[in-house]
Amino acid sequence: MTVTTQRLFRAEDTPFALSHLDALEAESVHIFREVAGEFERPVILFSGGKDSIVMLHLALKAFAPAPVPFALLHVDTGHNFPEVLAYRDRAVAKHNLRLHVAAVQDYIDRGVLRERADGLRNPLQTVPLLDGIESNKFDAVFGGGRRDEEKARAKERVFSLRDEFGAWDPRRQRPELWSLYNGRHAVGEHVRVFPLSNWTELDVWQYIEREGIELPEIYYAHHREVFKRDGMWLTAGEWGGPKENEPVETRLVRYRTVGDMSCTGAVDSDADTIEAVITEIAASRLTERGATRADDKMSEAAMEDRKREGYF
Amino acid sequence: MSTTQAGTTQTGTATSLLRFATAGSVDDGKSTLVGRLLHDSKSVLADQLEAVEHASRRRGQEAPDLALLTDGLRAEREQGITIDVAYRYFATARRRFILADTPGHVQYTRNMVTGASTAELAVVLVDARNGVVEQTRRHAAVAALLRVPHVVLAVNKMDLVEYAEPVFAAIAEEFTAYAASLGVKDVVAVPISALAGDNVVEPSAHMDWYGGPTLLEHLETVPVGTDPSAEPARFPVQYVIRPQSEEFHDYRGYAGQLASGVLRVGDAVTVLPSGHTSTVAAIDALGVATEIAWAPQSVTVRLADDIDISRGDLIAAGPLPVPTKDVQATVCHLNERPLHVGAKVLLKHTTRTVRALVKEISYRIDIDSLEQRSGAEGLNVNDIGHVVLRTAEPLALDDYTDNRRTGSFVLIDPSDGTTLTAGMAGEAFDTVSTTDASQEEDWV
Repeated sequence: MTVTTQRLFRAEDTPFALSHLDALEAESVHIFREVAGEFERPVILFSGGKDSIVMLHLALKAFAPAPVPFALLHVDTGHNFPEVLAYRDRAVAKHNLRLHVAAVQDYIDRGVLRERADGLRNPLQTVPLLDGIESNKFDAVFGGGRRDEEKARAKERVFSLRDEFGAWDPRRQRPELWSLYNGRHAVGEHVRVFPLSNWTELDVWQYIEREGIELPEIYYAHHREVFKRDGMWLTAGEWGGPKENEPVETRLVRYRTVGDMSCTGAVDSDADTIEAVITEIAASRLTERGATRADDKMSEAAMEDRKREGYF
Repeated sequence: MSTTQAGTTQTGTATSLLRFATAGSVDDGKSTLVGRLLHDSKSVLADQLEAVEHASRRRGQEAPDLALLTDGLRAEREQGITIDVAYRYFATARRRFILADTPGHVQYTRNMVTGASTAELAVVLVDARNGVVEQTRRHAAVAALLRVPHVVLAVNKMDLVEYAEPVFAAIAEEFTAYAASLGVKDVVAVPISALAGDNVVEPSAHMDWYGGPTLLEHLETVPVGTDPSAEPARFPVQYVIRPQSEEFHDYRGYAGQLASGVLRVGDAVTVLPSGHTSTVAAIDALGVATEIAWAPQSVTVRLADDIDISRGDLIAAGPLPVPTKDVQATVCHLNERPLHVGAKVLLKHTTRTVRALVKEISYRIDIDSLEQRSGAEGLNVNDIGHVVLRTAEPLALDDYTDNRRTGSFVLIDPSDGTTLTAGMAGEAFDTVSTTDASQEEDWV
């Protein structure tokens, strides 16, 4: 039942083999260079999380030996892990980058945003993010979102057009064929660009290992004072936890994702090296968002709703 | 303070990457098959399965509906349909997979064309009870049109035909002959039951007569990519890297991703459309000097001569395409707004975007019968047809048959940037029927 008239070619057996990491890297670099070639004012959303760190690493490689032709934008919830902020500042200094910070706290102080009853600040990031994009006239905004993270993200384009309100309309997405990315946009609109679209969590970690990329230390197992809320280990701290009925204990944990302290949970782990982390993820029975993100547990369409409003 | 560890672990073993697409309607059991592939390869994690079970119960369904794994958007779940191409990711010990899951309900052709454009393999699903039907032929035609190198016919629901070999053999023979007539070079047929799990991941206990691989085994071992050494080098310039620093004062590098072929330091190259020639002086592989690069690597190329090169130019070796302003192409129209003769559009080809005029819509192709129809009414969404375009500047196009990357383009509406049409330079199929043109009343 097999018709084979062409010469069989097995890339794995030839000197021209590309590993899956090589293939993903080549694709992501292509995306960065397309944006550099077609946009006036691109910016990289940089949270200090592993995905944004890998983005920055890819951008550095894409334009070497020239500097990265983009600035960084950090949407600061005010509930940052100090290790992550320190990492951010080291990275900016090391690579001589320009950093813009859009701070949720400023908006709360000015009365533009109100603290939520549940204390979550991730949902509050959208307004400072969109203001930051508008006031700096950024026309392309790189995000570290991956399609394997979440169902609504699985249908996201690599180049994703946002209207004047920063909104995403999944029904009006442009078909994206071959490696032809359409970055046309009107004044006031911008394009979100996701160079890691086709990467999985495991790919990211394997790439971090292969490239020897430094990460904030909270990604590796360490002892930390935590308390349990909604089934997750949250770090005790100034941002609001714990409440009276939430006892604090010291546990050996690490973070699988890094976001706002109020909604990012730690996982029990003794994985204190990259090898151990990769082994742990390969065997994990939970997705990283399922294990660690309170903001995605709010409804079946939580991510979709936030994306429509202009979230990452 | 910081934690940096560069090590080597067994779990980090390099594997290859296969992009593939699935085609078929819900009735053929496509969602079940995709769910089975993800589930049996242990790519569905506990919290995802729990969410699906939860949602299924809320909808009054007893068994977890694996289709809910792939329907990502609220409108899709509310209406029980799939709107858009969804990308799925899974891995086995041997390979990483990117699956473009194309829905069967609405905008079928558009979505399958999109999913197939980057696929190296297409799985076409048929129901063993129905055999090759009109939609199966359409799937085969789209795979052939997009030059997907490998096609797998998955004859599903074998459990409902008592796992009978003659049923499978007849369907496989009919499909293979049809696909071959379209120019599909590699067809493998696998008898499966997605529901029962036969021959998807695990070999079937009910079909001793089948000696071939399971679907997953085939996906794991099918050759990936083409042989770069057998193809002419094509390097579309994306960006010019000029550090203008003291250390790299005279550095001028052309950044791009090899669309095909191999480039070596010392190779003679031609820059198109200008026609200037030079030699490769150096290749930088993302910051590291190298002697050789091949598709699909992203690299930076430096040339021996100081010639004017910018984004949109093509650095090429081997048999060269002749730059032209007259483009003949097979297209699939993607947008609700019809495409008419006289339309002024933008054409994006590799890294070059130029103005273009639709001079002629030669014919539409009936994707079910492969017969030509009149193009006088223009092309509607999901229509496939043949067009003649005139561009404002010359393009170095290869025939799509020879090169999927340098032979493809999209048409864009200049007013709002909408992606209108997908184009492939040259003729659609190896064999195009020209039978009924004279029978069309409105043929002009």
